[in-house]
Amino acid sequence: MAKLTLRERFKKGAEGSGDSLRGSKFATSIFRPGSPFRKGYSDSPRNRSYVVMNNVLYHLHPVKVKRHGVRLSYTLCLGGMSFFLFIVLTITGIWLMFYFRPTEMAYADIQALQTSVAFGSLVRNMHRWGAHLMVLVVFLHMSRVFYHGAYKAPREFNWVIGVILLFLTLFLSFTGYLLPWDQLAIWAVTVGGNMASYTPVFGAQIKFGLFAGLEATTATLLRFYVLHVLFFPFIIVIFMAIHFWRVRKDGGISGPL
Amino acid sequence: MVDIPEHLLLRSAEARAKALGISVEQALAEMKGESTPTVVAEEPEVIEIDTPAPAKAEVPAPVETPVTEEEPAKAEVPAPVETPVTEEEPAKAEVPAPVETPVTEEEPAKAEVPAPVETPVTEEEPAKAEVPAPVKAKAPAPAKDDSPEEVDFAPEVKVTQRLLTVVKAKPIQKASAEPVDKVNTWPHLMLPEFISLMAMMAFLIILSAILQAPLLEEANPNITPNPAKAPWYFLGLQEALSYWDPQIAGVMIPLVIGLIGFAAIPYIDRNPENNPSKRKYAIMMFTFFLAGAGTLTIIGVLFRGPGWNWTYPWIDGIWFDDLLDWIYFE
Ligand code: HEM
Repeated sequence: MAKLTLRERFKKGAEGSGDSLRGSKFATSIFRPGSPFRKGYSDSPRNRSYVVMNNVLYHLHPVKVKRHGVRLSYTLCLGGMSFFLFIVLTITGIWLMFYFRPTEMAYADIQALQTSVAFGSLVRNMHRWGAHLMVLVVFLHMSRVFYHGAYKAPREFNWVIGVILLFLTLFLSFTGYLLPWDQLAIWAVTVGGNMASYTPVFGAQIKFGLFAGLEATTATLLRFYVLHVLFFPFIIVIFMAIHFWRVRKDGGISGPL
Repeated sequence: MVDIPEHLLLRSAEARAKALGISVEQALAEMKGESTPTVVAEEPEVIEIDTPAPAKAEVPAPVETPVTEEEPAKAEVPAPVETPVTEEEPAKAEVPAPVETPVTEEEPAKAEVPAPVETPVTEEEPAKAEVPAPVKAKAPAPAKDDSPEEVDFAPEVKVTQRLLTVVKAKPIQKASAEPVDKVNTWPHLMLPEFISLMAMMAFLIILSAILQAPLLEEANPNITPNPAKAPWYFLGLQEALSYWDPQIAGVMIPLVIGLIGFAAIPYIDRNPENNPSKRKYAIMMFTFFLAGAGTLTIIGVLFRGPGWNWTYPWIDGIWFDDLLDWIYFE
């Protein structure tokens, strides 16, 4: 038996253990037949398809897409970016919920978060700037869709879904605005609520329902909190699912121009 | 057995009648099998061949190869010449769809036909078959003349053609969708996506490390800041509200224009074009909207101070608390 250097022995051992792991009953129960994680990946058209087909997340995409659609200059990745920002906001938002109570304590909780929680300030900033960014990116996405005429048949209804998504995004941002419970929050929301109260006929009722009273109080805070962390995310995820599904069913990305 | 339409039967009966010098009725009856054939010729075999046809709809149907079958004539006639059947393989055909080609049959030359013994055609040279073959049929399928009617028969030879069946030269597979140029999602889409996401993540983290989100004094319903501003995405609206009667601005703009008007865009704009040069009006309207909304928002954010009076950010500072912590001009 030839003597192996330490390095070779190490390499061999590592290879072997990888193989036995990969071939184990447990691993094969996780990864579907054909998954690159079962067989290893070598670049071939078949494996390129398997990458997408055997992963539930990648499966949001079809196996193949129009050539012009992958050019970054066509979609500018704005829709994808809106979705990505939503995910970042969900993750940072859940993290923030550990440190936040929607009561008289709200303001103190934010202060404590910024001063005495590790990375508290960073995560709060990410959540806030990310939210502003998402409103902007969704708006830009809508504009790019308009300029491409991508709302035309058969995509009319997906545009309607998109408008709903835009408003849900605005509502999410607006309800989140109140939560720090500082002067900026309460007065910005008050101004917004007053604008809603200009609605003819039931303006006052709308504002009353939104604020849980005549003006912004801690009852409003609780209401906005529930809307912000549960209700609107829940609704927007449903509409996003319809939106993505329709993008594929309507024949993938529109164009080329 | 396929039902041959009456008018086609009639047409071929006429041809047969003419060739054999019998009446049309007689020919028709023969063809229908109601009376014995006049000519005691051996019935030629019917050979149908399948010619591959390209699946792509736009490609013109492949050269149809009319197969001329030559029957060995009677004893006096020299050995039959092999007629080369040219098979044209359409090179591009991805899915060869079988197409039935009209098969022309030639009746064997009759006894009284002067046997073309003179033409010495040897079997070794099938390529030369174009040279006067016994029955001077043009060798099948020089690519261009594909219709059986154009086959040039020697005038003195009595030949009949019989229509066996009519098949439209069309692939059996109908390609209804235009072929689209596609690429694999992995890696051509997912890699750029991944890079964009990483870039966005990096941007967001750096931004958040540099810019501190504002946190003013605790909420106090008794102290109204002057001016009190909405979140920036509503500031265009707030600006508009300050011009018009709130009933109009507060309701018409967000609700009518925003929700209903925006959602209705695809149903209003029925122009199917998506080329920018063919939808100038739509683009103009949307650009006006963007410019208007942008201007109002910028005014609301930067140029409005206490009492909603006009202020210049470089003189009076910015009255927008969301920006306060990092842009300060005073
Ligand atoms: C939360 C907000 C939204 C998310 C996450 C989202 C996501 C996406 C994604 C990932 C795509 C695929 C193509 C691309 O990246 O551009 C897309 C396409 C599309 N979106 Fe959105 N979108 C949102 C809001 C909107 C809005 C506000 C509109 C319009 C009012 C809209 C209308 C459309 C249309 C019509 C398409 C098809 C475009 C095409 O085929 O070229 N979406 N969206």
